[in-house]
Amino acid sequence: MTISIPPSTKNKPERLQPTGWLRYFSFSLDHKVIGIQYLVCGFIFYLIGGALASAIRIELTSPVSDFMARDVYNQVLTLHGTIMIFLWIVPVVNGAFGNYLIPFYVGARDMAFPRLNAVAFWLIPPAGLMLISSYFINGAAQSGWTAYPPLSISTPAAGQIIWIISVLLLGGSSIFGGINFIATILKLRRPGLQLMQLPMYCWAMLGTSILVVLSTPVLAGTLILLSFDIVAHTGFFNPTLGGNVIVYQHLFWFYSHPAVYIMVLPAFGLVSEILPVHSRKPLFGYTTMVYSIMAIVVLGLMVWAHHMFTSGTPPWMRLFFTIATAFIAVPTGIKFFNWVATLWGGRISLNTAILFSCGFIINFVLGGITGVALAQVPFDVHVHDTYFVVAHFHYIVYGGSVFVIFSSIYHWYPKFTGRLLDEKIGRLHFAITFIGFNLCFAPQHWLGLNGMPRRVAEYDPQFTFVNQLSSVGALLMALSTLPFLWNIFYSAFKGPISGDNPWQALTPEWLTSSPPPVENWIGEAPLVTKPYGYGQNAGGEPQSTSEGET
Amino acid sequence: MTSITPLNKSSKQSVSSFSEPPHKEEHADHRLFGLIAFLVADGMTFAGFFAAYLTFKAVNPLLPDAVYELELPLPTLNTILLLISSATFHRAGQALSQTKAKECQKWLLITAGLGFAFLASQMFEYFTLPFGLTDNLYASTFYALTGFHGLHVTLGALMILIIWWQARSPNGRITNENKFPLEAVELYWHFVDGIWVILFIILYLL
Ligand code: HEM
Ligand SMILES: [Cu+2]
Repeated sequence: MTISIPPSTKNKPERLQPTGWLRYFSFSLDHKVIGIQYLVCGFIFYLIGGALASAIRIELTSPVSDFMARDVYNQVLTLHGTIMIFLWIVPVVNGAFGNYLIPFYVGARDMAFPRLNAVAFWLIPPAGLMLISSYFINGAAQSGWTAYPPLSISTPAAGQIIWIISVLLLGGSSIFGGINFIATILKLRRPGLQLMQLPMYCWAMLGTSILVVLSTPVLAGTLILLSFDIVAHTGFFNPTLGGNVIVYQHLFWFYSHPAVYIMVLPAFGLVSEILPVHSRKPLFGYTTMVYSIMAIVVLGLMVWAHHMFTSGTPPWMRLFFTIATAFIAVPTGIKFFNWVATLWGGRISLNTAILFSCGFIINFVLGGITGVALAQVPFDVHVHDTYFVVAHFHYIVYGGSVFVIFSSIYHWYPKFTGRLLDEKIGRLHFAITFIGFNLCFAPQHWLGLNGMPRRVAEYDPQFTFVNQLSSVGALLMALSTLPFLWNIFYSAFKGPISGDNPWQALTPEWLTSSPPPVENWIGEAPLVTKPYGYGQNAGGEPQSTSEGET
Repeated sequence: MTSITPLNKSSKQSVSSFSEPPHKEEHADHRLFGLIAFLVADGMTFAGFFAAYLTFKAVNPLLPDAVYELELPLPTLNTILLLISSATFHRAGQALSQTKAKECQKWLLITAGLGFAFLASQMFEYFTLPFGLTDNLYASTFYALTGFHGLHVTLGALMILIIWWQARSPNGRITNENKFPLEAVELYWHFVDGIWVILFIILYLL
């Protein structure tokens, strides 16, 4: 490895960095290295969380708890949810792609606070390891990813406390990341670049980071109070000591509804980058997209109690939160129509990246529709805490966010490595994932409507067949990772050289070499004022650079 | 292909070959912005606690034999101490701008002193209160809120001592040219004061 010490080191973040493979294991301050660190680390946790999911689905192939004991099932379920949310989707859609792309998009050489950035990443592996190790030490937490009291107070304390500490660390990481993104997007923009010229992912990350900064601290405070209840025997949320469990639910969902947008808004942004490139058309309705994101941010902070319709919420509250939730479907719908309009009449190359993006659009619509249905109190009181809810949010978080993550990996892999992924294997990966996913989760709507509760290891035998169907889907999803893993490893060494800009994309990250040099550009950062200027040859240059359509 | 994009450069090239403007120019001014964003986040933690406390007050009656009574004089004194300390910190900043190093150090020391006086008086209050942490819901929330705030004051007072120490060092770690550490701690200190005023109103006056 080369270590070079430039003349004045005092304020120069990291020229003192290992290069080559080693840098991915170092406290690197390079946003691209940190982005890859987030991505790989997140993917490892995804494999672990996926193994846990497979265990859950194996257990549920029969109506009795034969594969796992009940308390083990609860631990596995809790770990699965926590890992998938806090160690996979949130770090990857925000940390991984945000770190890699945002500095390019604003025309900067790094994030605003590179050191804070590295700290934010390095909080994640220890937090994750700690969380998982709790399973082997004294038993992991058993109260689900929501950690509702009094359940979380009455289950074994050690695992729950470790869970709380891990989530606090991950929340801290998320807040540091959010501050960094806001500062980078608002403050590091290259001279001459206007806000309304930024690629859509910047707006998505700005909105997401605002949500992170406003809502995550509330979760942190709440979990600190919860830990007092567990360790010091205070009674904040303990009804037998005069406490109030509903307050926990309000505070928890004040974070966790925005959290669902923290998981999906960046995915919206990524899709908005990918679709125009592969359909050779400008992003439809840029301005409405921006306003939709901001509307989602504002409304997203005002709908949390739709998770609490069966918690004795008073009628006025039910009314308010039903209406607010219905409103949030409007900007979400606008975005959906904009994506479809972007594809409409485009010269679409049906490669793996766009297949996954289209898969996202389809799944997301289904999840959005069940979401709006769930927001209606008369419906929700029947299906709350059933498999219908499980189906709803998996359509959003897996069918939405995870599909987008895969789409993004296929799209940006050449940027990261300078090599192309294999398209045949990629399409196979997509096909198995799409079929497996729908087979796994579509039947769960039926299960929920017919009254199968969620979070149980045992169920009424009448549900056996449909559960087995769902488990077959899960098996396919597990299998689908194999071609993917093969593809990314094989192509890293043997894949065809992609060239710098294999998709002839116009967004700034492609206007440099692939992989990019340490400070992103040799010489000045290009000024890209029309990141979506595809197919606009009439009426002047679409692009301030001479990069045009081929 | 584009003219401004040098292509095919290996990412592994030696880093020191850059004669770019150093990161310093790009980053220095944004630290205060980052701090403000952080304080917004921190403020949201308090907001969550306040919301919890107010909801408890509104919907959870105290259990029959529970004791929860607060006296006003001491916290009023505490409020005054903190408000004065905000003013003295402001004076320290002014002195620094006028390059009066000695005066700046004096005001910093006074501010830290006021901070520690606040903490001492808060401790005294804790020991004289008729209820403990786990006695009842209001008591627990009271200690959680004041304790979390006290933690902020402790950190702040320590940071003031650190910048006081740095301001004293002869080669001038903190000068009119390098004001950021002082400005940052000052902003934080005003924030902690502001939180106290809200806390005082909600816990003691409402
Ligand atoms: C169209 C917008 C959406 C609406 C109207 C909506 C509505 C709802 C409602 C009412 C519930 C509560 C159901 C119940 O517990 O009885 C719910 C649950 C859930 N939603 Fe959505 N949702 C929407 C979008 C999303 C998105 C974008 C995500 C994630 C990226 C998401 C993730 C979740 C999760 C994780 C739960 C279950 C939480 C739990 O109890 O563990 N939803 N949704
Ligand atoms: Cu929600």
